[in-house]
Amino acid sequence: MADMAEYLLWLGDDALVSAQRLGEWITNAPELEEDVALGNIGLDQLGQARALLSYAGELLGRNEDELAYFRDDVDFRCTHLVSLPRGDFADAVVRLLLVGAYSEQLYAALTTSADERLAGIAAKAIKEVRYHVEHAAGWAVRLGDGTDESHRRMQDALNRAWPYLDELFDPHPLTDHLDGIAVDPATLKEPALQRITAVLDEATLTVPATQRVAGGGRDGRPSEHLGPMLAVMQVLARAHPGASW
Amino acid sequence: MQEAPRVTATHPRVLAALGGSADPELRRVAVAAGNVVDPEIPVLTLADLGVLRRVYRPVEPDGKIVVALTPTYSGCPATATMAADVVRAAADLRSAVAVEFVLVPAWTTDDMSEQAGAALREFGIAPPGARPDPAGPIPLSLSVRCPHCDSRDTRRTSRFGSTSCKAMWACQQCSEPFEEFKVL
Repeated sequence: MADMAEYLLWLGDDALVSAQRLGEWITNAPELEEDVALGNIGLDQLGQARALLSYAGELLGRNEDELAYFRDDVDFRCTHLVSLPRGDFADAVVRLLLVGAYSEQLYAALTTSADERLAGIAAKAIKEVRYHVEHAAGWAVRLGDGTDESHRRMQDALNRAWPYLDELFDPHPLTDHLDGIAVDPATLKEPALQRITAVLDEATLTVPATQRVAGGGRDGRPSEHLGPMLAVMQVLARAHPGASW
Repeated sequence: MQEAPRVTATHPRVLAALGGSADPELRRVAVAAGNVVDPEIPVLTLADLGVLRRVYRPVEPDGKIVVALTPTYSGCPATATMAADVVRAAADLRSAVAVEFVLVPAWTTDDMSEQAGAALREFGIAPPGARPDPAGPIPLSLSVRCPHCDSRDTRRTSRFGSTSCKAMWACQQCSEPFEEFKVL
């Protein structure tokens, strides 16, 4: 049960932190339609996070709000990639593509999980994630294969994000303990990379030859950026615990 | 103002939600819940939207009838309003209900009734088309018919509209912008 809760935190925290970062684009996107699009994608992820964290909370005796607002950065289990600062629009497109391609494989695999509730959440999420990846791929091609400047900025953003990609696919003893329920992240790497490189090819972008960063988000070693992000996300709930409107 | 088509006890979604039960209070609640409208698209009832899943009495009765709904999108902010409206509609009948959300099977636009499509079009929203084979390659994006002038000469301006479930389009024939209810 503790293993299951931990696994749900992996998935739920990735979705929650990614949603929060996308929410930061509202009023900051390059055009109004994109404000709306990134906000909606974040909202889908927030919905997925709520389903996953509610489930984790039932196993841990805590509710979704307590998990979201009253845990510190070291208690989160998200990967470093999702918590990176907002950056520019190219960073948002690249991250949405990388995280989306991973999530697409993850949720597709989880639809056959032996845990029916998790399989149900995944079956719901996969349909939404396909739209997200399609959206990111459209922008990646338009900007990558666009002007000199848009190409350069996309390639720079890709170079910045790439070292964080491997962490998503790191094998971990936890998924061995949840045989048939969880998915070994390493098995998702090849199909996700296929999807990503197909888009990058079309976008005339080059797969960076950079060293990976250490990672450790799954084991309570979050990125340095998570704490400041949580401070903003959690301040209202912590200043007024239990408040509602 | 255009109103949502009335839902009666013979609506297929109401019948399905009752699962053959002849309990008169359940039937009244199912009809009332089915008649609640989507707060963001007020020409769609919960029955026509296909989110009304089950109306039943729990195994351990606590005086409340359970109305099971399914969300269209995981994060759809309208779900909380729908739940509150269902509770209120039942309370008008002096029935106490608890709303529960179920995810399985995942909602699809195929769950919408036929009259939902007509109501959407009249409201100015292009209804969802047929669902592509999920195992197939990336679905081709076919042109969407303008709900105002029926032209197929339209172009998508954004995959995401004012809500998760919609995309934004513009008609090149009549120059009107419109929204499309996306296939899910």
